[in-house]
Amino acid sequence: MMSVSFDAVIRLLGSLGRFALTSLDRMGDATTLSLSSLALLFRRPWQGQHIVLQLYALGVGSFIIIAITGAFTGMVLALQGYYTLAKFGSESLLGAGVALSIIRELGPVLGALMLIGRAGSSITAEIGIMRVTEQVDALEMMAINPRARVLLPRIIATTIALPILVTMFDIIGLASGYVIGVELLGVNGGAYIGEMISKVMLQDLYAGWVKAVGFGFIIGVICTYMGYRAEPTTEGVAAATTKAVVAASVGVLIMNYVLTSFFL
Amino acid sequence: MIRVEKLSRTFGEVAALNAVDLQVRKHQTTVIMGGSGSGKTTLLRMLAALDKPSSGHVWFDGHDLASIRRKELYELRARMGMVFQYSALLNSLNVYDNVAFTLHEHTQLDESIIRTMVTMKLEQVGLRGFESFMPSELSGGMAKRVAFARALAMDPEIVFFDEPTSGLDPISAGVIATLIKDLTQKTHMTSVVVTHDVHAGLQIADYIILLWQGDIIAEGTPDEIRQHADERVQQFLEGRPDGPIPFSRSKTAYIDDLLHKPGVVRIL
Amino acid sequence: MQSYRKIEIVVGLFVLLGIIGMGWMAAKLGQVGGLADEGYPVTATFSDVGGVRDGSDVMVAGVVVGRVSNVRLKGNEHALVTMTIQPGVQLTTDVIASVRTKGIIGERYIRLTQGADTEILESGDEIEETESALNIEDLVSKYIFNSSE
Repeated sequence: MMSVSFDAVIRLLGSLGRFALTSLDRMGDATTLSLSSLALLFRRPWQGQHIVLQLYALGVGSFIIIAITGAFTGMVLALQGYYTLAKFGSESLLGAGVALSIIRELGPVLGALMLIGRAGSSITAEIGIMRVTEQVDALEMMAINPRARVLLPRIIATTIALPILVTMFDIIGLASGYVIGVELLGVNGGAYIGEMISKVMLQDLYAGWVKAVGFGFIIGVICTYMGYRAEPTTEGVAAATTKAVVAASVGVLIMNYVLTSFFL
Repeated sequence: MIRVEKLSRTFGEVAALNAVDLQVRKHQTTVIMGGSGSGKTTLLRMLAALDKPSSGHVWFDGHDLASIRRKELYELRARMGMVFQYSALLNSLNVYDNVAFTLHEHTQLDESIIRTMVTMKLEQVGLRGFESFMPSELSGGMAKRVAFARALAMDPEIVFFDEPTSGLDPISAGVIATLIKDLTQKTHMTSVVVTHDVHAGLQIADYIILLWQGDIIAEGTPDEIRQHADERVQQFLEGRPDGPIPFSRSKTAYIDDLLHKPGVVRIL
Repeated sequence: MQSYRKIEIVVGLFVLLGIIGMGWMAAKLGQVGGLADEGYPVTATFSDVGGVRDGSDVMVAGVVVGRVSNVRLKGNEHALVTMTIQPGVQLTTDVIASVRTKGIIGERYIRLTQGADTEILESGDEIEETESALNIEDLVSKYIFNSSE
């Protein structure tokens, strides 16, 4: 009995160690891959046109979903915040509460998660399919560096697009929070705006934007990496897409904690 | 044109190629044949410098592809073309843009000149008039012909074909095989074809290399191959299921496995 | 190529909208070039600031006229508060600074009550008269202490 459970523990520790090692290995691989791609940014040929195309597909294409998420987040925050603050008779703080939660936390995090769902998964699937159908090799044969042509523009595009999308999320969220708080729940409009303006500091805005840039970057890195290193089969691409969404979401949440502790 | 010296490639523990030596001669069609897992695709990928060898050299016109720098390689690539097994057309671009891709990327030519060149290439593969089709709208055989036209766009000295006839109906396969043979002769280019299609291989080849489990077991002209004494060659040409190349790939004795003899490695 | 032109324009608009949005938020909410940055400093020493911190409001007659820009310990027992007052707001030299609370459990702010002097505080001057924070715990304990006597 004793030896069996001891064996099980050893085996568990072994698989844990193996998991940690492969994770580290993959992180290192992802870092080298994305850094070697990014190093090509200032190398000729200039990939500006492809960055623009990816900004269109990933950034502009995600605008609607971000707008909807932002609107409903602002609305529910106003409702919940009002419910809680009314207990203390501090409804006037509603504007500040809604604005700070959106700008510091929910804008960047929810924006990032929506971008992963809308654009991240499609990045992985697209690159994975390019691998399966040998399009990556075809580019290589036509003397086009796939890292510069396929990976780089997508990483740059998510890094640029997310702060912009988060800004739109913030503005739409604040506006819809105002509509619910002031028009529907009857909080004094002047107090709502006044508290919002006096409580939100420039550093809160910076914190939100820095987060957005960081999240956009790791979304680009993780999703391109998963697609590029996907096993070149149909199942491999499907598995890679799932893995990319999970890894990118977890990555965003961990990075969110690190950055938040940094900015407080 | 290409000389291969002691070329080996291993994936983990498994050796895909064991110190292979071979030559690809100018203006000829060299066909590399072998069953699945014989290492022929691995060999082709290294000839085209898509993969680096574990050891050995690939000499392309005096350059060693095993240790070449990316910049030089990309200059050499202007002289190479490749037709992939699944065509590998860029599916965001239509037929015209796919064929014109390298011209758009690597030349400063006027669009009207590019249009003329694309029309000529598509005419060569018999698909003029399909310029605005998307790759998803093409049949497998047509996609392969477009891929052929794309590989020819820069008038390469050498074109690599990976399984050009696999997955095609007999007529399309015949069309592709004829195209390879005719265009190689007409344009004085060099072709390297990897295939397991014995019929097409013998039809188009000037020189045949037969691979089995990472080794070259026979090479020569189609006639020499047909009359080759090696049993394995004859088995491959006739497609017999059993012979010197065994049907069963099991490494343990059947009776041992049935009796669950201890000491036999079994995958759980 | 025609469609690429269109995409380029849409992406340009997208980026422009983002930059305008960021600028607008920074100007409206972050007070770039607003209350926080412009103005002149005055200082005041309190024996207890009870939670006033950087960014706390400074009000005259209930109107925000400035912001606390710095709070630190002075001589190991007093709190030195530096406030930035909006230009155009004139404070008399005998102005009284007191630490107050918005509502019962609200946050702390500094209330300035204008005096009768005709002289005006200059940039960098110190407010002489201060009133420290009312500590609710002190009040409660005093009440209990008194009633037991």
